[in-house]
This record gives sequence, structure tokens and C-alpha cells, in this order.
Amino acid sequence: MSVLAYLIPLSIVLGIVGLAAFLWCLKNGQYEDLDGAAERVLFDEDGPAGP
Amino acid sequence: MLASRPVADGQREARLSVPAIHCGACLRTVESALAGVDGVLHARANLTGRNVTVRWRDGSLPPAIVETLAAAGYPPHLADSARDGPDPVQSELVRALSVAGFASGNIMLLSVSVWSGTDAAMRDVFHALSALIALPALAYSGRVFYRSAWQALRRGRTNMDVPISIGVALAFALSVYDTIEGGPHAYFDAAVMLLLFLLVGRTLDHAMRARAHAAVEGLARLSPRGVVVEREDGTTAYLPVGEIVPGMTVIVAAGDRLPVDGRVLSGVSQLDRSLVTGENLPVPVSAGAVVEAGTLNLSAPLRVEASVAAGDSFLAEIVRLMAAAEGGRSAYRRIADRAAALYAPFVHATAILALVAWFSVTGDLHLAITIAVAVLIITCPCALGLAVPIVQVIATRRLFDRGVMVKDGAALERLAGVDVVVFDKTGTLTLGVPRLRDRDHADAKALALAATLAAYSRHPHARALAAAHAARDGRLDPAVADVREYPGDGLEARRNADVVRLGRAAWALARQPRDPAGPAEAGTVLAVNGRLVAAFVFDEALRAGARDAIAAFRGEGLDVEILSGDHEPAVAGLAGTLGVVRFRAAMRPEGKLARLNSLAAAGHKALMIGDGLNDTPAFAAAHVSMAPSSAVDVGRNAADFVFLRESLDAGPLALATARRAGQLIRQNLAIAVLYNGVALPFAIAGLVTPLVAALAMSGSSLIVVANALRLDWRPRRKRPLRAAAWRAEAGEGLAR
Repeated sequence: MSVLAYLIPLSIVLGIVGLAAFLWCLKNGQYEDLDGAAERVLFDEDGPAGP
Repeated sequence: MLASRPVADGQREARLSVPAIHCGACLRTVESALAGVDGVLHARANLTGRNVTVRWRDGSLPPAIVETLAAAGYPPHLADSARDGPDPVQSELVRALSVAGFASGNIMLLSVSVWSGTDAAMRDVFHALSALIALPALAYSGRVFYRSAWQALRRGRTNMDVPISIGVALAFALSVYDTIEGGPHAYFDAAVMLLLFLLVGRTLDHAMRARAHAAVEGLARLSPRGVVVEREDGTTAYLPVGEIVPGMTVIVAAGDRLPVDGRVLSGVSQLDRSLVTGENLPVPVSAGAVVEAGTLNLSAPLRVEASVAAGDSFLAEIVRLMAAAEGGRSAYRRIADRAAALYAPFVHATAILALVAWFSVTGDLHLAITIAVAVLIITCPCALGLAVPIVQVIATRRLFDRGVMVKDGAALERLAGVDVVVFDKTGTLTLGVPRLRDRDHADAKALALAATLAAYSRHPHARALAAAHAARDGRLDPAVADVREYPGDGLEARRNADVVRLGRAAWALARQPRDPAGPAEAGTVLAVNGRLVAAFVFDEALRAGARDAIAAFRGEGLDVEILSGDHEPAVAGLAGTLGVVRFRAAMRPEGKLARLNSLAAAGHKALMIGDGLNDTPAFAAAHVSMAPSSAVDVGRNAADFVFLRESLDAGPLALATARRAGQLIRQNLAIAVLYNGVALPFAIAGLVTPLVAALAMSGSSLIVVANALRLDWRPRRKRPLRAAAWRAEAGEGLAR
């Protein structure tokens, strides 16, 4: 059972990392233009640099 | 014109609405065009929102962004700065939802191991871990509910959020106590899951409304909000409508709408006032005439002196009438609120009774509180919180796919209860565009000649003639030359040695002696050298589906009524065609408002369908309202439903969907109540462990969601829309 002592904290930390990543994406505006993102992947050259 | 906001390090940012963006290539064109502008640091186009965000170095002058975009073929529109930026409520809900989802997932993981039987020491560790995760999650994600509950309590009322907040807080406090004491049960999972389910309902509800609002705003942005103003030194400038002040000289090109009330300084033209008064035929105006905002300038440019600021114009008067009428509407209480008003006191009373009863019987306060918390959690309107929004979200989505936008869920509830449908005529039942009557029997030569002249005018009758001719062979008469338009009279041209006139009979046939009791002037005549060649009579083109829609409304047992600003004969003719008995003509906006008010006073619930400014006050007084996407901005913003496609089928479709949704909402509420009826005795008996609570909660939510999904398939399979059924019957009738 001692394996739980670090596996559980690890799983929670990983979960928090995932949550933080999602919240960051949200704040960063990654979800604001879903249609545009689908089109941008087809651009050949690199577009103007992001912020 | 560039409403910008400062961002870090001496940079400014602005968001411009660019409706022309419609594909991936547009994004690149816009961005690379802007990247080439001196001073622009960053430009990002958004395909979903059809806008572009530009950031530039804050210098003396803003870069030539607007000019560049216009040159690239993507003219930006004056942005409504107030509405820019992400929706704060939406992002708060999504953040709260994601935190609650994270917490409930992790707590559930720990809870499952507890339920499957860990030893006591491990269980306490797991409970403590759950508490650590639950505390921030409940504090953060629950704010939406605590705030609303607190506001309700402060005003001495109660709503659905009060039992939720109390239940969550009590469950958490009790579970912390049990964790410290090493008790066997903790309700952390139930508390967080409750919030998660409720947040799903809230977020869906909000997202649906935000989407409809954005779509309607998008329509408004398609029409430019700017005006060409002539300065005193003779130069012109393009200003936002809001910056017009009395005394300014505004230039209104042919085909533009008047932005403000005013007086014509120079120019002779005709105005289409149908959006303002509902009257169909253009009115000639010349210098000195008083004109109203919202009318459409048809034939020639006008210079208009603004008599009031945009905020004080006819449009604003309409908005005032609306605000005054708004009172009746706010009396409507949503089904969920009515359910909560009955439900919350019941839940509180039951929990308190259970607490008192168990305490007086056993004398064990901890046990009594545990049971009271179990009662609160099990009865907490988890299914109830989802029961209404989930149905409305699915119904809204279904209508959205078919081109009907619903402003909010309450509108669906109100629509389901209507018993009278009130139509506006011009622009709603008809397309507001005249059509040549007896198109197929008109003399081809005369029509070709008339259409050749008509091609030079924007008068509705001229356009109808041109359209009728284009539908037949479309070849114009090459001998016609020197076409001139006399606003209010008609068109004159030379054809070889003849003078051809198309227009008002009295004017075109001027060489004949005038007969004061002559033929009615409704028609338009074609005359060569004053001799009558042909007379054209017009009627209005019915909006597609108008007949079907009226039949379908009748089939649902609704009364149909027409209120129009147009003249009596025109309205009577149309009402006769459509078989509508009750109609009123020559109604002013106040008259329509009064009629809707008297309907409401008589206990009727009216659906108002209209498109003009003159209908807008009536929208506010109607039980529920609907407008086509061609309606004026104010009307579109005031209407509960906006339909994007041309056909009036949208009306019966929305009604059928609303009624079906109402049925499912009642079923869902019944399911939720039934579930509570079954679960409550167990909770009061003290048999509800956290495992049972979790199962019961997810089970009831799933059932409610599954029931709501039936909205999508059942009408298509078993219950075809009444309109379609009626059409099929009519088709059979014709075949016979």
C-alpha cells in the first residue's frame, strides 16, 4: 500500500497540471476562434507571429 | 472612429468588426495586409467572430488600419466598443465548471476506493485528501450559487440556489467533522458532484443565450452605422451615427436609410417609409420636407439637416414606448422559478423536520444532522436544475439549425402558451415588395418598353416591372434614350421621336383632359405621347410560407389577426387572400401597442410577428414576439425569436418545438419529483449513504437528459409538423 503514498499525490498533481493548462488555454484565447484554427492549419507558410 | 484601449508598454489595441471575413484565405489576406502597415505590431483575424484585433505602437496617429482593410476588400465597420471583449459571465461559468469537473473526478476516484472497502486508516486519509480537494473547488465553483442565494435571501425571497448553497455548505462542514472524528461516511463527492451537474445546466443555458445574442448582433453589424456629414467648409466626413448633433448636414445617398430625424435641405427623392409606418408606397419628398429616421431613400441623394441627435429621434421615441410597455412582460415567471418557489420551502421544512424528529427520538445530534444533510443532498434539485435548461438548450439548438434564433429559454416557455397570433402586414406577411399582377398576361411589347424605363429607377413599382420582364425574356428596348426620373410622378424617356412616360396616370396622360373623378391612382401606366399604352396593377408578394403558417397556427387552435399601418384596401385585400377575418388597418405604433395591451387585458397571450419600427412597441407588450432577420435593428433586438430564412414556416416550427419542449419540461419535472418521492423516505429513514446519494444523483440526471434528447427524434418520426401535414392535405385536394 505504500505505493499509494506517492501515486495518489502524483495523480492529483497531474490533474492539477491538466486543469491549469486548460485554464491557461481559456485565458489565452485558444478557444475564441475554433473555425479559424481549423483553417489556419492549412496555411503553407508561417503567418504573422502570435503575441 | 477607432475605439481603442491601451495595453502594456505604450501599445494600443482595437477590435474591428469585419463581416467580409468568411474563409481561411480571408484570415491570411487580412493579417498580411495589416502586417504591412507601418506601426502595426500584431494583427489577428477571427473567423468565428468575423473581427480582427489589431495592436499598434501608441504614437501621434493611429496607423492607416481602416484604409488598408478597405483597400484589401475587407471594409471594417464602426465597432461597438461596449460589446467587445470576451463575455465575463461565460468565462466565469466555464472556469467554475472545469474546476468542479477536476475536483469531482479526483474525489470520485478516492470515494470509489472507500466504497469498495478500504481499511479505516486508509479511509480517513482518503477522506482528508477529498476534503483538501473539495474545499477550494466548492469555494471557487460554488460562488455562482452562493451569490444568487445571498441576493435572494437579502430580499427575503428564496430560490433554487438557497437549498443548494445550504446543502453544499452543511454537507461539507459535516463531512469535515466526520473526517476528523474518523467517521465512516463523508459527502465530499456528493457536494462537488451536485455543483458539477448544476454548473453544466447553467453553462449550457448561458452559452445558448450568448450564441443567439451574438448572431443577432452580427446581423446588426452588417449594416454600417456611419453617416456622411458635410462640414461647413464643404468637406465631408464619415461619422458614427451617435456623433450626429442637431444642425449637422447629412448626405443620404440613394439606397441608404436616414440615420436621424431631420428636414430636407435640397434634393428631390422618394422615401420608402414601410419600416416606420408599414405603408408600402413611397412618399415623394423635396426641400423643406420633414423626414424620419429609419426611412429608406429611394431615388436621388438628399441633403438633410439633422433636427435632433440620433438619441432623440423617432427611433428613440419607439424605444421609450417599448420601455413603458415592458412592465407586463416582467410579470412572467419562469417554470423553473415557479417550481423552486414551491420546492425550496418544502425541502427546508423536510430537512428541519427530519433533524428535529431524529434528535428527539434518538437524542443523537450528529446522527440527526447527518440525516438532515442526506435529505438536503438527495432532494437537492440536481435533476431539477438540469430538467429545464437541458430541454431548452436542445430545443434552441434544433431551432438554430433551422434558422430560428431564440433569445432565451423563457421565450420558449411563453411561446408554448400563446392563443393569439398577431401579424404585421408589410414586410412580415408580405415581402414589402410589390409584384406585377397578371404577370403572364401582360402585353410583351409594352412590358419590354416599360421595363427599359424602369431599369433606371429604384421605385418599388419600377423594380417590380423590371423583375417581371427579366423573368420573361429580359431584353431591353435599345431605342430608348434620355431617361429622366421625376420623383413622385414617374419616368420619362425618348424613343425615336416619341415621348414615353411611365408613372402616375394623371402625369403620364397629361395631354388628355383631366378627369377629377378619374381612375384610381393605385396603378402605374405606360403612355406614349400622352396616349395610354398599358396600365400595370401591382399587388404585394406574399412571404413564402405565409399561407401555410396561418393554416398551421389555425390548426393549433390559435386566432390569427393582422395589424397594419398600411391603407385599408391593401390590408383588406391581403386579409381576404389569406382568409383572415380580423384585421385592422392604418394603425400607428401606439395603436398596435394599445391593441396588444387590450388583448393581454382580456386574458389572451399573443404572439406578435412583425418587422418594422412601428411593431417594436407592440413586441414589448406581446406575450412573446418574433421578427424576420430583415427587420430593423431595434425590432430584431427586442424580439424573442428571430428567423433567418425567408419562409414564415419558422413561426409554426417554433411553436411546435416550444410546445414539445414544454411537454418535455413538465415530464422532466415530474421525473425529478417522482425521484424525490422515492428517494426522500430512504433519506429520512437514514438509509442514504454517500454511495447511494452518488448513484441516485447521477441516475436521475441521466434520465432527465435522456428524456430531453427525445425532443430531437420524436416529432420527425411520429408527429410531422402540422404545416407539412396541411400542405400534404392541400396537395391531395388539388390533385383531386
